[in-house]
Amino acid sequence: MSRARIYPLWAPWLFLAPFVVLFGVFMAYPLISSIGLSLQQTYGPGTSVSVGLKNYADLIRDPLFWIAVRNTALYTAGSLFVQLPIALGLALLLNRPRLRGRAWFRLIFFSPSLVGLVFVATLFGLILHEREGLLNAALARVWPAFPREFPWLQRFVMPALILASLWMYAGFNMIYFLAALQTVDQTLVEAARVDGAGPWHVFRHVTWPAIAPVSGFVALLSVIGSMQLFELPYILLGGPGPESRGLTIVMYLYQNGFETGDLGYAAAIGWVLALFLIGLALVQRALQREALS
Amino acid sequence: MKTRSQLASAATYLILAGAALLTLAPFAYLVCGAFKTRDAFFAAHFLPRGSGPLGIDWNGLTLEHLARLFTDPSLRFGVSLLNSVFYASVSSVLATLCAAMGGYALARFAFRGRGFVTALVLGALIVPAPLLLAPTYALIHRLGLLDTFAGLIVPGLAPAFGVYLFRQAIRNAVPTDLLEAARMDGCGEVRLFFEIVLPLCRPMLGAFLLITFIGAWNNFIGPQIILQSPERFPLAVAIAQVKGVYGTDYGLLMAGTLVSIVPVMALFIGLQREFIAGLTSGAVKG
Repeated sequence: MSRARIYPLWAPWLFLAPFVVLFGVFMAYPLISSIGLSLQQTYGPGTSVSVGLKNYADLIRDPLFWIAVRNTALYTAGSLFVQLPIALGLALLLNRPRLRGRAWFRLIFFSPSLVGLVFVATLFGLILHEREGLLNAALARVWPAFPREFPWLQRFVMPALILASLWMYAGFNMIYFLAALQTVDQTLVEAARVDGAGPWHVFRHVTWPAIAPVSGFVALLSVIGSMQLFELPYILLGGPGPESRGLTIVMYLYQNGFETGDLGYAAAIGWVLALFLIGLALVQRALQREALS
Repeated sequence: MKTRSQLASAATYLILAGAALLTLAPFAYLVCGAFKTRDAFFAAHFLPRGSGPLGIDWNGLTLEHLARLFTDPSLRFGVSLLNSVFYASVSSVLATLCAAMGGYALARFAFRGRGFVTALVLGALIVPAPLLLAPTYALIHRLGLLDTFAGLIVPGLAPAFGVYLFRQAIRNAVPTDLLEAARMDGCGEVRLFFEIVLPLCRPMLGAFLLITFIGAWNNFIGPQIILQSPERFPLAVAIAQVKGVYGTDYGLLMAGTLVSIVPVMALFIGLQREFIAGLTSGAVKG
């Protein structure tokens, strides 16, 4: 079906111009210049010397970088294996037919994700306080054997971060699972039940295959977001925390670029992170394709 | 069989109610903490108990923290609140307009270079934001825009994610025939966009405005590296400073956090239907 063009030639470019210009200046240009930047050592934004691949070579031998990688990986594992199963569980409960108050529950569970990470960090700084905090007081009441003055922000930094992000993001991820569950063919579910399948069998053989693509997407987004963790530990601990237990990759990038002033090293850290995440996205896409065919 | 399903139903409500309670507890803790006096703060975790009406010690509650936020000149919280409103409003309106225009061009025009621009938009979706921190800072420095609102706002006005969302929304919601009919009637291209295209993609417009507003409101790392003068700080940076300086003044810190999150919560509750629809549309349909 070919039709004569009835709009002026410039029309699409008029609408595209603001995006293309801004995208070129503030996305494409920084992206390309960051390659060059990562081959330099800088002292603040003004002065720099070219050092070739030294930043990358240093990074591989930098023990702090590997601490940051380990911490970030632990936090990401917490998102994947603690937070996402809880999000899926909440979505399954909310998806039960004839549930009352579904909209209210959804609103409540989702609401923490609107609170900025900085504000979550200030709030959880008080909740996790070893002596005065709400969490230790509540734990002491329901579980008397739990150690008093449990040092969340001194020694159990990673569980504390995972807990705070569980509060913040479980409801957010639940929304995606819920949207996926609502596309599951209910006649298939009914048919399986009539054939005598228990709840686990229905989930395993009917529900899960139907929501697997969205679950893969949610898991990917969750990993990408978790790998970029910065504000939560930075504000909660006021920096990397005791023995750098809260140091993350992006916090290390921030410290090097904007506290030490070496934008080149920061750009190199940025590229290592970016290449890892892009590789992950490509692998996920390939797996998804394979599953479909 | 009947009793078994009743049992399952009761368990469902029990778990959901428990989870809802755990979700709401930090909010309740925050609201109570923001209004408790210094002495009452540690006496109870939520409201101070006493012999007053409802079993609450009303003398343990105060507006002192809230008042101090806005009257203590070293805190400048009123200025930060205005900065956040300004920064988030301008960013979200301009970014939404830019994304809607770009999405419209890619969805409803055939032109040389469309494939290339579409590929750029999709490619940009996988670039993680931290990669751009150092080079963007160097660029803003070279443009002489460090410590200005322009340096903070302008780099965020070309959201590839938004262009992608609007491209999808306009493909679904704006029929080509309608555009052609309007052109036949002599409607100009600009009027066509503002009077026909934008109203037809209103749900996405609302959702994306809200997403970008909340994103800008909660943005910490951007203003933290671009701005230096405290009189330009938005709330996210201001609260981090309050925590650094008055970290043990819990009442003040909680009042500041409360003031910082209430506007976003109010906006969301007003627009939640559009917001959730916009959030999931890309994921589930795509």
